[in-house]
Amino acid sequence: MGSMTIGAKYKTTLKDPGTTGVLRMNEDKFIFTPHDPRSAMKLNVDFRSIKGHKFNKVDGSKPAPPLLNLSKDSDKGGGYMFEFDNVTNRDLSRDFVGKQQGTIPPKPNVPPENSVTSTGEEQLSAAEMQRRMKLLQEDSELQKLHMKFVLGNILQESEFWATRKNLLEDKANKGSKQRPGFKSAMLADVRPSADGRTNKVTFSLTTEIIHQMSEKDFWTKYFRAEYLLRTKNTVAATAEAAEDEELAIFLKNDDILAKEARLKIKRVDPTLDMEADAGDDYIHLPDHGIIRDGSKETIDNDGELARRTLSQDLNRHAAVVLEGRSSDVELTDTKTVAEAIARSKKEPPSSSISDDTNHERLVKVARMTEIEDLQAPRSLPYAPLCIKDPREYFDSQQANALRSLGGNNDGRHARNCRLSTDDAFDHLLGQISSIKVNGLNYPVIQSDVALKHWAAIQELLRHFWSSYPITTSVLYNKVQRLKDAMTQIYQKLQDIKESAQPDVRHEISQLVKPMTQALDAAFNHDLEQQQKSSKSGNKPNGF
Amino acid sequence: MKFDLEGLTVHFPYAAIYPEQHAYMGELKRALDARGHALLEMPTGTGKTAALISLITSYSLASPSRPLRLIYCTRTVHEMEKTLAELRLLFAHLPAAASRSLLALGLSSRKNLCVHPQASAAAARDSVDTACRRLTASWVRDKAASDPDSTPLCDFFESFDRAAAAGDLASYMPPGVYTLADLRALGRDRGICPYFLARQMVKYANVVVYSYQYLIDPKVASIVSREMQKECVVVFDEAHNIDNVCIEALSVSIRKQTLEGAERNLRRISQEIDRFKATDANRLRAEYNRLVDGLAQRGNLPISDAWLANPALPEDILKEAVPGNIRRAEHFLAVLRRLVRFLDGRLETENVENEMPVAFVASIHSQAGIDQKMLRFCYDRLHSLMLTLEITDTDEFMHIQTICDFATLIGTYTRGFSIIIEPYDERMPDIRDPVIQLSCHDASLAIQPVFERFQTVVITSGTLSPIDLYPRLLNFNPVISRSFTMSLTRDCICPMVLTRGSDQLPVSTKFDMRSDPGVVRNYGRLLLEMASAVPDGIVCFFVSYSYMDGIVNSWNEMGILQDIMQHKLVFIETPDVVETTLALDNYRKACDCGRGAIFFSVARGKVAEGIDFDRHYGRLVIMFGVPFQYTLSRILLARLEYLRETFQIKEGDFLTFDALRQAAQCVGRVIRSKADYGMMIFADKRYSRHDKRSKLPGWILSHLHDAHLNLSTDMALHIAREFLRRMAQPYDKTGSGGNKTLLTEEDLQNMAQDAMEM
Repeated sequence: MGSMTIGAKYKTTLKDPGTTGVLRMNEDKFIFTPHDPRSAMKLNVDFRSIKGHKFNKVDGSKPAPPLLNLSKDSDKGGGYMFEFDNVTNRDLSRDFVGKQQGTIPPKPNVPPENSVTSTGEEQLSAAEMQRRMKLLQEDSELQKLHMKFVLGNILQESEFWATRKNLLEDKANKGSKQRPGFKSAMLADVRPSADGRTNKVTFSLTTEIIHQMSEKDFWTKYFRAEYLLRTKNTVAATAEAAEDEELAIFLKNDDILAKEARLKIKRVDPTLDMEADAGDDYIHLPDHGIIRDGSKETIDNDGELARRTLSQDLNRHAAVVLEGRSSDVELTDTKTVAEAIARSKKEPPSSSISDDTNHERLVKVARMTEIEDLQAPRSLPYAPLCIKDPREYFDSQQANALRSLGGNNDGRHARNCRLSTDDAFDHLLGQISSIKVNGLNYPVIQSDVALKHWAAIQELLRHFWSSYPITTSVLYNKVQRLKDAMTQIYQKLQDIKESAQPDVRHEISQLVKPMTQALDAAFNHDLEQQQKSSKSGNKPNGF
Repeated sequence: MKFDLEGLTVHFPYAAIYPEQHAYMGELKRALDARGHALLEMPTGTGKTAALISLITSYSLASPSRPLRLIYCTRTVHEMEKTLAELRLLFAHLPAAASRSLLALGLSSRKNLCVHPQASAAAARDSVDTACRRLTASWVRDKAASDPDSTPLCDFFESFDRAAAAGDLASYMPPGVYTLADLRALGRDRGICPYFLARQMVKYANVVVYSYQYLIDPKVASIVSREMQKECVVVFDEAHNIDNVCIEALSVSIRKQTLEGAERNLRRISQEIDRFKATDANRLRAEYNRLVDGLAQRGNLPISDAWLANPALPEDILKEAVPGNIRRAEHFLAVLRRLVRFLDGRLETENVENEMPVAFVASIHSQAGIDQKMLRFCYDRLHSLMLTLEITDTDEFMHIQTICDFATLIGTYTRGFSIIIEPYDERMPDIRDPVIQLSCHDASLAIQPVFERFQTVVITSGTLSPIDLYPRLLNFNPVISRSFTMSLTRDCICPMVLTRGSDQLPVSTKFDMRSDPGVVRNYGRLLLEMASAVPDGIVCFFVSYSYMDGIVNSWNEMGILQDIMQHKLVFIETPDVVETTLALDNYRKACDCGRGAIFFSVARGKVAEGIDFDRHYGRLVIMFGVPFQYTLSRILLARLEYLRETFQIKEGDFLTFDALRQAAQCVGRVIRSKADYGMMIFADKRYSRHDKRSKLPGWILSHLHDAHLNLSTDMALHIAREFLRRMAQPYDKTGSGGNKTLLTEEDLQNMAQDAMEM
């Protein structure tokens, strides 16, 4: 963690071809040494003079080199710009710098157009900002805490939200993980106010004729055809179809649908493939077997015009609803929608031949055949632990642990820590929590005052404990700030205790005791750590 | 697991076994020991197939001296796939040495097995057959030998032929389980025709899974199943409709289109004969000589030339010489022309006519001058002629085949059939659509050869009640005939009889009530209420397509359908199999993703026949009405009369039996194992009558409480909610105390010991 060495180009401006060299960074400064020893572009800068960093978004679309800009002062502008060989290198250095800066680069869920303009200190998208505002508005408790700590400069904005990632993420990801389904409402009659969904269906089937007709014509003809079908006026339909070629398209059997059906049928589960029976059953040869034996019904489906029935409509409707909204195109212009759907339909390649060896299909059949309760009990499924980015993992674990702690009365079992002090903390927290509830029963006026502090203490302790082990100077600073705030609250608690009336003093002290104990535990832990680090000399926390 | 069953080591692919499976195996073993037939009814959801294949496979493994082969007949291809999947599971649990020696395969038509890129692209079954014949017929291959450039052949068939000649087909197909998809994959992989390979390997396979028709329909059976020996054990699964299958196999109907097509065919045949006379007269002469010796040489036909065989069964027909007056091609053609003209005249009728074969044959003789013996040989004579004329596109000649099929059947059988000529369909009297129907009334005619030929035939299904009726219908004597009940840890099925709608008025599909808007609305309200209370999948069965169409349209107009769609997606079975299959696939997807769906289907339809709605795919089945056959059908009336006269079965009894077995079949699709659960609503007031209800299988009746016999919609809804809540509770799978519902290996050992001590 101490230092980092990486090849880079130093650029004075964006247009500058740059000077190749080596960038060395350690905890408090960075040094740039050009390959060319004659070059004057040697740098030796203290990180303290760096106020922020920017980086550009690199994606496949334009050939931009990965850049990192360490700005001296965000007001004045100007700074040190480095170009890297690839994005990975850049990101490594960015993260390193970010650590020194105490800022964490935004997660990729931030939309790209926003991140280009984002600055080092608070790389937030507008959406992210809105989400936070909304959360604060919805939760007055949270707002109070935010006011107290962030505006009181005890916590940084990012620190405050880091422990509430779960709140942010839940809101952010709900939409993306679960695709919204369609409302299952049918176009019950030929109404001019057709909803967007049905438009899409018909359009998607007939995209190629759009080029031949104007939009208005299309809909006129479509609804004319619908009307004819609905009134079941076959004679009129035949006559009109004969006159108007384009109208006939709507009335005749749909080739596109038939083709699609043939493709799809190859992919269905063989245990319900009734089409295969049709090819096997000799009884279904024409004129073999009995036609009118009272159990079968004669269904003639000859005739060129499609005899579209309600059942077909229902099946198609349900299939479309089930498919969901495949493209993200906004429902604005029918033509763009139709084209987008046509595109998305083309995507799946017709891999009809390989279907026989389709493993997935086999597995599905095997699963369908097994009788579940005769099976010996299976061991529970587990996901292998795979930590790609330890820091991310740490954050997520922290969020998990806090979720079960925060506000919950039974958060005790949630964490399993190495440190005995953590155990102690958990234990205490549990006690406090129970008293938080039970305490309300005491006939004490001041208890309200005391309890008001409880949320604040929780917040502080949460940040305090999550800052350990202290690995960077940023965390160190944070802990110092937290300690100050905690001391203040501790003092306040003591005041409450002392100012209480003698007859309720005992109850008050009972109420306040767990809080002070929790704080004491934190102070003790801090003391211990300090002693430890002073013992082991320059290597804090064993690193 | 492995356990001992009366001295036989049985390999079972699961860690535990239901007691009824154990008992089922016991009965089956007794039937195998006695080398006799068996009739076994066991509820759906108790693993019949697994029990069956485990026992029979174990039996044949235990007695290598008596190699037992299993022919497993299913109704549909998708059931075939299910069975093969179970076999695969079983083979995986057999000892390694055993599973390395066993071969199991499915067999289907060219349509389902062909891998030739062009031939398999054809849409219909017949066109695949034709495309195949064009590439593989013996004369095509002869021609290719002399002129290889202009005659395309099928490489897959050629490599099959080489392998067959070298006798190493087995090396292409190592032991294992082959589904249709596996066969196709193997064919593509090794460049060999999977259809012919499977047809050949059937002789050596330990287990063959195929469709009923391959054994019952004489046209198919004598070419596909000819070489099956007596030692085979034949199983008919889901056999509750086996009598209908047998009857259909021997029935033919002729319509106006058939006769027109037949005339076209005859013109073409006549042209071909002229062409051959001009170019290769020897061929026709050779055929004549062959026919003098009888038709028995059919067995030596190359495999690729084999065609649907004679539709009638008697063996002697193959050994007899063809009557002299149809030996010459032109004479035969003239006979066929006269026959077609005669039938055309009969089709002109304005009244319904009902004749026995004897009278019909007599009138043919007097009016067209064709005697019974000539009629009998029509089919084989046509077959021979078409081979001689080297006709490959046999599907074009479907119509003349139908005519000859008809002729052979009426020439062969004098009883058990009737010929009914109707000018129009009873249900649509204003549309003229005349038809001559030769309908078989006697199911035993088609299945008799199967009982005679194989030592053990097992007929099994979830619904064979009343079980004593089947031996009479099929005319055989089972050594074992038993109906099993289901042992349950909890009441995981909940049958209900709903007699009244939400307005307390009776509901029924009786003719006088079915179009009553009140009944329609009540049915709709029932479904709507249930859709809002029941999670995941709901299946509805209606008595017929036309009724379903009507009621769904009415619901649509009343706005009930829209309300239902607020809760679940709606899918419908249609006469189009492709569409229905896709609808089913989507239905399953909708259930999988949690959206929930309703499937509308028809009793006696293809979906009711073989699709499972187990687990979340079906938490509730509603049977709207009693699925009686259309009782005014002439054919049905003729059949009922025959049944009364021959087997002393009363009309009413048979109709109720038939309707209730269909209803039981429909609702039985909902449950697959004891961990599963589902509700069944019989929505018709007639179900509350004892004479109807008592025909339901015992496993449903035993769960049908008296309190559930006369419900209205609101009460049913209440029961449904209670039931679902109860099913959501955890339960003890193995059963408690003396009532064990799941036996482990240990339990079985203890049972065996107890038996020893006693």
